[in-house]
Amino acid sequence: MAQVERQQWDVVVVGAGGAGLRAAIEAREQGARTAVICKSLFGKAHTVMAEGGIAASMGNVNSGDNWQVHFRDTLRGGKFLNQWRMAELHAREAPDRVWELETWGALFDRTKDGRISQRNFGGHEYPRLAHVGDRTGLELIRTLQQKIVALQQEDEREFGDHEARLKVFQECTVTRVLKDGERVSGAFCYERESGRFFVVEAPSVVLATGGIGKSFKVTSNSWEYTGDGHALALLAGAPLLNMEFVQFHPTGMVWPPSVKGILVTESVRGDGGVLRNSDGKRFMFDYIPDVFKEKYAESEQEGDRWYEDPDNNRRPPELLPRDEVARAINAEVKAGRGSPHGGVFLDVSTRMPADVIRRRLPSMYHQFKELADVDITAEAMEVGPTCHYVMGGIAVESDTAAARGVPGLFAAGEVAGGMHGSNRLGGNSLSDLLVFGRRAGLYAARYAAESATAPVVDEALVDAAAAEALRPFSAEGPEAGAAPENPYTLHQELQQTMNDLVGIIRREGEMAEALDKLAELRQRARRAGVEGHRQFNPGWHLALDLRNMLLVSECVARAALERTESRGGHTREDHPGMSRDWRRVNLLCALADPTGGLAATDPARGQIALTRVTTDPIRPDLLALFDKEELVKYLAEEELYE
Amino acid sequence: MSTSTTSGTDSDSGTGGGGSAYDARFRVWRGDVEGGDLKDFTVRVNEGEVVLDIIHRLQATQAPDLAVRWNCKAGKCGSCSAEINGRPRLMCMTRMSVFAREDVITVTPLRAFPVVRDLVTDVGFNYTKAREVPAFVPPKDLGPGEYRMMQEDVDRSQEFRKCIECFLCQDTCHVVRDHEENKTAFAGPRFLMRVAELDMHPLDAAADTGLDRKATAQEEHGLGYCNITKCCTEVCPEGIHITDNALIPLKERAVDRKYDPLVWLGNKIRRRPT
Repeated sequence: MAQVERQQWDVVVVGAGGAGLRAAIEAREQGARTAVICKSLFGKAHTVMAEGGIAASMGNVNSGDNWQVHFRDTLRGGKFLNQWRMAELHAREAPDRVWELETWGALFDRTKDGRISQRNFGGHEYPRLAHVGDRTGLELIRTLQQKIVALQQEDEREFGDHEARLKVFQECTVTRVLKDGERVSGAFCYERESGRFFVVEAPSVVLATGGIGKSFKVTSNSWEYTGDGHALALLAGAPLLNMEFVQFHPTGMVWPPSVKGILVTESVRGDGGVLRNSDGKRFMFDYIPDVFKEKYAESEQEGDRWYEDPDNNRRPPELLPRDEVARAINAEVKAGRGSPHGGVFLDVSTRMPADVIRRRLPSMYHQFKELADVDITAEAMEVGPTCHYVMGGIAVESDTAAARGVPGLFAAGEVAGGMHGSNRLGGNSLSDLLVFGRRAGLYAARYAAESATAPVVDEALVDAAAAEALRPFSAEGPEAGAAPENPYTLHQELQQTMNDLVGIIRREGEMAEALDKLAELRQRARRAGVEGHRQFNPGWHLALDLRNMLLVSECVARAALERTESRGGHTREDHPGMSRDWRRVNLLCALADPTGGLAATDPARGQIALTRVTTDPIRPDLLALFDKEELVKYLAEEELYE
Repeated sequence: MSTSTTSGTDSDSGTGGGGSAYDARFRVWRGDVEGGDLKDFTVRVNEGEVVLDIIHRLQATQAPDLAVRWNCKAGKCGSCSAEINGRPRLMCMTRMSVFAREDVITVTPLRAFPVVRDLVTDVGFNYTKAREVPAFVPPKDLGPGEYRMMQEDVDRSQEFRKCIECFLCQDTCHVVRDHEENKTAFAGPRFLMRVAELDMHPLDAAADTGLDRKATAQEEHGLGYCNITKCCTEVCPEGIHITDNALIPLKERAVDRKYDPLVWLGNKIRRRPT
């Protein structure tokens, strides 16, 4: 095997979205030499698509807000399955993480007294989301990007080299996390532009690769979301937690087909937009579940009054957590009360003056005008559910973001599991990125500093990773001489399978069918071939990404088949109720295949082994934040009396 | 579902609006740093599609190794910049319906930057320039959480922060588009706008450190090269008034130190919303 270039760093961060950049900033400020590896150009990560805001209980708009209320909302949203210590840290630290962005140059929208403005969002008791119009994710990414540039300018002044202590390897992809015995030793990467391989050696690797949405056909996610970090962790021996929980955002565009799935921000509803069916009815009033009955308005009049007088009225049910709204839309369409293109109507045109809509929702106005010929100040939008976020992810220690079982491996952001339980509240993602991005960077830097000896990267592992990455160039069909599989076709079939069989409403038989289909696709993916050479070759990149999408999809399907209840982002038609006994159960997915994914595995057995683990009891002072009557709905008898 | 690898249709065509689908003629530049040329394709177009959809269909059915940079496909990340019939645009925001069915649509890489492969260019110039603009300087006397700014005072900089860094303005600006030699001295509209953004930030404390951002725009970032033809503003997919709101005010502020005849001209011809 040809010599592969090696570089030595203290901390390697995989991914340059909000979590990755925040981790990198922290690691570098802790004194660690830090490398960031990202698939896109620096500043283009999926975080830019986040629209609504960053949830943090600063209390700028309603002084009743504090971290305890935020914690409570987060647990309710996640249906009490959250890793409660993460939810606690998140609620406590989010305000500091937002304020810190201002010291790096962020410009949020302001309140009348000059503080950071905060807006209403689904599931949040008070106006809590710091925002910039409906482009908050862009502000977040740009601020972090510019902070990294500021640190590089410091290094230029001190060392004459911008990249002395912090370097971004843009348009590079990691295909394997490498290990020295039990512990992490680095990562194997290829540069997209040239196809060249290289190895970064480091005692600490932070995975911050985002989500898995590209395994589904209708998704709001960008091409990068191929589950890379999830798969890298599995292949390195770290388990994934609760992968059955996938969030379908209730409002994606449904027309025209080429934009189906593109996100319509929840801010539309937070600022007053309403959902109607084809009869013109505000149907969400019919879908308030028992656990939320006391907290939502019973009439349109009350809901409408809430925007002006939130202390004496309850919020409209359009602002229920996302899982509830998505299921309701799904049910309306199924009952024949949908819009012409299979969604429902989301209307702001009759709720706000045109100039207010254009000021508060500029991207939405632009998006519908440009892509769908719809003027949202004059007519309703058509919207329907779109695969948006995976709550499941790498099982981590709450305080340190360390991946369980693999020393030196850390995870933060969407790729990490636990924080959001069975369903994430809008706005809690950007705050999650900042809180746990920082923690991952902090503990990764400490771990690297404490490593007495540098880990050794075994030449054989590098050779194996290189051979794996090159395989698509020599792929053959099922018989010698037959054409290899087209990776684009395989990807489309995978997306259709997950959409149809493991989508928003799930049934046992369909998920079993999905596992068969995934096994077939896995066999065929081994024969995925590419044309051309290694220089910026999208067909090759996709052929390599298929491994990750197939691994992650199997996790989702297996865990979803196992969990015989409905909760948050997991709805079983054959088990419609939420079970208090399942609340304490976490499902862990681990790699079953002893070859580490290199060999084709038995279709029935697959690559993934599931285990059930019981969660830690929620700390009493946190439980005390809830009324007993509410806890009874979620917690099993024995938990209540502990 | 399955996808034919030989024709220009794909599996989505059935859901694409039925009878409105048609075959379009595309000419796409293919090649690398060694050279290349336009290749002809005939490819299916469905209702509501954008140019990026068509490029993806080419990848999936006819040219699997066609290199293109893209990410969000929603006009928010600024990755899929290219020149469509010679005009710098985002492929994801260019609807096929703006062209006649019989038009031949030509897609070429951004001309101002070196080609890597096919539609992908080396945009490193922009990242170099980004590093040359000194960062935001936080005020010494304010801690996190103590910042107070009025909305009307942040409006101006917020407009510039809408920038998605698609670099279409950098590509179209003739100061560098046809004059490679100017790249060293000229930051381009995007990064002059960044200087303006920081200069207009209500709490930027650069002046306390001896940094005069207005002066650096002229002396270090090449503001004087800009002759306010507004090409940058015209191609901006975010509709930012780069020339009127960022570059001209920067020139006005710089003029205190240095006479610039273009400012005089700019004052004569500019249209500024009141």
